[in-house]
Amino acid sequence: MTGPHDGWWVLGSALKVVILFAATLILVMALVYIERKVVAFMQVRIGPNQAGPKGILQTLADGIKLFFKEPVTPRAVDRPIYILAPLLSLIPMFLVVAIIPFGNSITINGREIFLQGTDLNIGILFFLAMSSIGVYGITLAGWASGSKYPLIGGIRASAQMISYETCMGLALIPAVMTTGTLSMRGMVEAQSGTWLGFVPRWTGLVQVIPMLAFFICAIAETNRPPFDLVEAETELVGGFHTEYSGIRFAIFYLAEFANMFTISAIAVTVFLGGWNGPGFSFLPWLWPLLWFFAKTGVLVFIFMWIRASLPRFRYDQLMSLGWKRLIPVLLVWLLLSSGIQAWINEASNHVAGG
Amino acid sequence: MPEQVELEGIAAEADRARTDEGAQKMRGRDETGSLELAYEKGNAAGARKAVMTNEPWSDVSDDDETMIINMGPQHPSTHGVLRLMLELDAETVVRVKPVIGYLHTGMEKTAETLTFTQGATNVTRMDYLAPMSNELCWALTVEKLLDLEIPPRATAIRVLMAELNRISSHLVSLATQGMDLGAISMMIYGFREREEILSFFEKCSGLRMNNDYIRPGGVAADLPPDWESDVAKIVETFPAHIDEYEELLTENPIWRERTIGVGSVTVEQCYALGLTGPILRAAGKAWDLRVDQPYCGYETYDFDVITGTNGDVFDRYKVRVGEMRESIKIVKQVLDRMPEGDYRSQDKKVTPPPRIRIDESMEALIHHFKIFTEGYKVPAGEVYCAIESPRGEIANYLVSSGSSKPWRLHVRAPSFANLQGLAPMMEGGLLADAVAVIASTDPVMGDVDR
Repeated sequence: MTGPHDGWWVLGSALKVVILFAATLILVMALVYIERKVVAFMQVRIGPNQAGPKGILQTLADGIKLFFKEPVTPRAVDRPIYILAPLLSLIPMFLVVAIIPFGNSITINGREIFLQGTDLNIGILFFLAMSSIGVYGITLAGWASGSKYPLIGGIRASAQMISYETCMGLALIPAVMTTGTLSMRGMVEAQSGTWLGFVPRWTGLVQVIPMLAFFICAIAETNRPPFDLVEAETELVGGFHTEYSGIRFAIFYLAEFANMFTISAIAVTVFLGGWNGPGFSFLPWLWPLLWFFAKTGVLVFIFMWIRASLPRFRYDQLMSLGWKRLIPVLLVWLLLSSGIQAWINEASNHVAGG
Repeated sequence: MPEQVELEGIAAEADRARTDEGAQKMRGRDETGSLELAYEKGNAAGARKAVMTNEPWSDVSDDDETMIINMGPQHPSTHGVLRLMLELDAETVVRVKPVIGYLHTGMEKTAETLTFTQGATNVTRMDYLAPMSNELCWALTVEKLLDLEIPPRATAIRVLMAELNRISSHLVSLATQGMDLGAISMMIYGFREREEILSFFEKCSGLRMNNDYIRPGGVAADLPPDWESDVAKIVETFPAHIDEYEELLTENPIWRERTIGVGSVTVEQCYALGLTGPILRAAGKAWDLRVDQPYCGYETYDFDVITGTNGDVFDRYKVRVGEMRESIKIVKQVLDRMPEGDYRSQDKKVTPPPRIRIDESMEALIHHFKIFTEGYKVPAGEVYCAIESPRGEIANYLVSSGSSKPWRLHVRAPSFANLQGLAPMMEGGLLADAVAVIASTDPVMGDVDR
């Protein structure tokens, strides 16, 4: 925590929340536009180009349209849950934004302000908890719709996301062991500096397999292709959101893209050194911010790239990938990695002691 | 409030009556007669029963554990308006019942009111992805009754068009199959390349689809002067495009997992159900009417019949890719040997005179008038003529009473026959496999419902 908890601190925190919320919303809108453009580029199309210069206002236009559209509520729905479900999938995603360290710190008026919503000492666990709650949103949406396709989507969601949650947890443990902390900020700081003077001390360069596994889980967790079984348009029409329209559908859409961004940001923070990177003395707070967004941008681009090129998995194949391949590999890696870590700790204690 | 309840009951009853689907509805297995269940399994009348499995759903014990779900006619991957009733045990397909007729326009009946010349515009709208095949089949049928000699150039043009159309049809098949399995880029690539062929069609016939280019007596117009360079460009660029698709899909582990071993049928099942085209060939039987009952001089072209071994979705995909390459081979040969001469028969009873002759000759004017008002008369008789369309054996069974209009027309549509195979292909698979199976049978609903 920075400085004494006085009025300025409260004001600063409130301001941070507002900025983070607004920035995330704008970012999500930009992401939707960027994805459409990137996929269009890969498919030799033009993509949105009508609303605003180069079509950049397309998402805004879509948003306005969805906002003013009548949200049709089918007769068979379980109304309270039906309305709650989109919020349950959106809000956790925004809460995760709070723990992401976007940059180092900025000094205003003698106060050092960290570019992070808040630095929870259990940051990574908070992220896992929030993404578990996100599952409820989708499962309940499928259940409460009172219709068959969403039901199948909801069942797929619960099985898929719970399995991959397990994988994700297992992929994060080695990273936590390497950095020795659960705090997001602590993780980034533990990854600063270099080995041999030029190799950055990123966790992902040591924990390669957990990093790749985490990325696979991230795609499954965000229901992005090739793991988009939950919505699987060509099989389940729209999956869990078949019966949603108007603003409620827009919230699911927003949640998906917010999720894509936050999970990439978490991957960058945990495995790719967060905002660490070469900086300059001119505007020292700017460079970490740029590094962070550059790294996250690359991951988000990979998300889009995968979407444009890979076919969709089948349900049973997805489960066998998770349970029969990822989890055993991660468990073995966990054993090896913890053994090595224990040995290193022992050795360093020995050196320190001797 | 008993009155209220009663009223609600009546309203519900009326609702049910209004939305009841009668015989089309899929009922629970205990309510369905054994004969109907046998039909659902593909034991159609005349099919050799031994071929089909007669063990009905032994592993699914209870009706209550399953769910009957309606897929289509408004569903993203039912290729138009195909409708399937599925009984699902979790995600496993237990029973499947295709329901068709949502695109029925009575084209076979319409044919009875159109002259033989107009007939081509009618049949071309049936299989709208392979209009040239439909037209060619129509033209050959009518010519068989007329006993008409077709100039070699017209025949070569027909082969060129039919083969280009085969490529464009298979492209749509690959594109939609990619889309259905989640490879969204394949969709765009397939349609992009198809557009090159369709623009060539447009150049020749004035229309991208439903061309009405191949007519009884020849083709509607000669090829445009620079056709050779256009076709040469297609022939040169296409193999590279096909390599791209193979790179995107064939070697992709997800694609292979999704398609290999999915929706298999055996050759015997194909025989029993009348499945033809890529489905039959993928099962391992080298049956291609272009080779086995040659028409349009196909016996003089050098090409291979592509076959698979397992008859699964992957083999059907590979057969289509291979057939595209073979079609390019044929197009190349047409390009090399296109004969000079007439592009249509010079029989004055069938072919209208050139425009310039109408100003000079009274007979020409009369012929022109007669052909476009009354039409030409076709000798009485009946004829069956089959050719190989991209989807399988397409055939016209035509009865003429000697007038200028057909007395009866029946089209043996490959898409319709191939839909018979859905039940044996889908049962026991997952819902996602059902989508792959529909895509791999490549049905065109216009062809199914006619």
